[in-house]
Amino acid sequence: MNTRVNMKVVVASGKGGTGKTSVAVNLALSVGAEQVLDCDVEEPNVHIFLEPEVTESQPVELLVPRIIEERCTYCRKCAEFCQYNALFVAGETAMVFPELCHSCGGCKLVCPEDAIEEVPRMIGKIFKGHAHGVELVYGELNIGEPLAVPIISEVKEQARREGLVILDAPPGSACPVVEAVHGSDFCLMVTEPTPFGLHDLEVATTVVKQLGVPMGVVVNFAGIGDRGVYEFCEQQGIPVLMEIPFDRKIAELYSRGVPFTEEMTEWRPRFQKLLDEMEVLAR
Amino acid sequence: MKQMTILSGKGGTGKTTITASFAALSENAVFADCDVDASNLHLLLNPEVKKTIDFMGLKMAVIDPERCTRCGLCMELCRFNAIEDYRVDPIHCEGCKVCVVNCPVEAIDFVDRVCGHAYISETRYGPMSHARLTPGMENSGKLVTLVRQNAQRLAEEHGSELVLVDGPPGIGCPAIASLSNVEYSLIVVEPTLSGIHDLKRALGLLRHFDVEPLVCVNKYDLNTDNTDEITRYCEENGVAMVGRVPFDPEVTKAMVQGQPVVEYRPKSPASAAIADVWAETRTQLGV
Repeated sequence: MNTRVNMKVVVASGKGGTGKTSVAVNLALSVGAEQVLDCDVEEPNVHIFLEPEVTESQPVELLVPRIIEERCTYCRKCAEFCQYNALFVAGETAMVFPELCHSCGGCKLVCPEDAIEEVPRMIGKIFKGHAHGVELVYGELNIGEPLAVPIISEVKEQARREGLVILDAPPGSACPVVEAVHGSDFCLMVTEPTPFGLHDLEVATTVVKQLGVPMGVVVNFAGIGDRGVYEFCEQQGIPVLMEIPFDRKIAELYSRGVPFTEEMTEWRPRFQKLLDEMEVLAR
Repeated sequence: MKQMTILSGKGGTGKTTITASFAALSENAVFADCDVDASNLHLLLNPEVKKTIDFMGLKMAVIDPERCTRCGLCMELCRFNAIEDYRVDPIHCEGCKVCVVNCPVEAIDFVDRVCGHAYISETRYGPMSHARLTPGMENSGKLVTLVRQNAQRLAEEHGSELVLVDGPPGIGCPAIASLSNVEYSLIVVEPTLSGIHDLKRALGLLRHFDVEPLVCVNKYDLNTDNTDEITRYCEENGVAMVGRVPFDPEVTKAMVQGQPVVEYRPKSPASAAIADVWAETRTQLGV
């Protein structure tokens, strides 16, 4: 167990499928992280590699409005107020579309008749378990539900205050990524050296910069594609901290859900070195 | 006019590679890139932008320090923790308006913000609708809807028989928006345990919204046991398998050249397989 480091490292990417989960898991196992938080709640995959025994689960609920029909005068103030079109009032009908609700609580505040109460609605779950000496927390958005952010925040709520905590972020550059990256001490950006990897890296680094989180890059599948990613990192002064070659053996282990450092143990000290470098850069 | 969304659940399985090649093989289609926060289709189709449209996302609260009396009510009411030290953090503000209407001295303005741009373009294969979300912004689902509307309008104007939608990863708000009013969705899956896990969730999403699923395995030869497992799963669940594409280094070379692989190396193994997948997909769609 690595007791020296108190740090939150978020592994992000922009483009999907560049190896975020693989880097997060192999880093965690190689250096003995305290905890891994899988913040890709739409498609969580860390548990496939760590295979934890799930010991705890809890629902994630959002407060959504319920209209108390006896009190409602159909004045439409709530529907006019709601910025998400989650309320509909016409004639003597008042309806709630709970999937559209962001749970801001505004409709209850504007209702002059006190005809709105808030009731919890489950949109997903979070799970906790242990494997290989690491605690894993992951979330799962229910199928058909649009809002990932509340589940990501709930996963992050479980973060330990001490030790090394590794967060696996969702792909992209929109609000779920902001939620996952915000508050981390360091962002490890995993990319592939291709035009797609470069384009999405550019977008994602813009977000991370806005959030003021220091970052470094891991180039995965090194050897394919072109030099664009390296040139971009050099121009932007973003350090390339590690290269993982495109290697059929790593791909094959990944396909079976095996963290490659389990079999290719020579990689463990490299992940330790990566952590040491991140520690320095995070200061 | 028919619409098909290419999805994957897991990112990076080859959605855009397949969509771009389908675009090159199609004769009368419109293309829509709905991965608005990590869009890549334009890198292969090289569109010439004809029209740019500002995308107005949700409005945002802005506190006027002159009028603010620092009573703190806004901070108490904001459920998104977006107000700190009497200032609204634009990254966390979800534009709900709660602080605006409850401020006792009306010190909070509710302002429009441009959250990205939508584009109407022309490519060498046909018209294209795409967009760019301002990094870090909310509401990519709403921008996806705008891209879809633009694509449908283009298809009507051009009398196109098919709208090909390159979808986002995941199963949340943008993925849901990319599926509305779509009859078919092709899921591109890779033969890994993660890929299979995410395929099952993506198929669940299609069932939930009553969209007809098609499945194609990309880089199928990376793990043939897993490919067999996917094939079996699809058979058992009555999901049409429209083909498999081998791992082929020409795909990345084509990407570096900014071309769909079927155009760059039409005879390469991946190109031949994608042509077969396209033929089978057309049969399934009846176009």
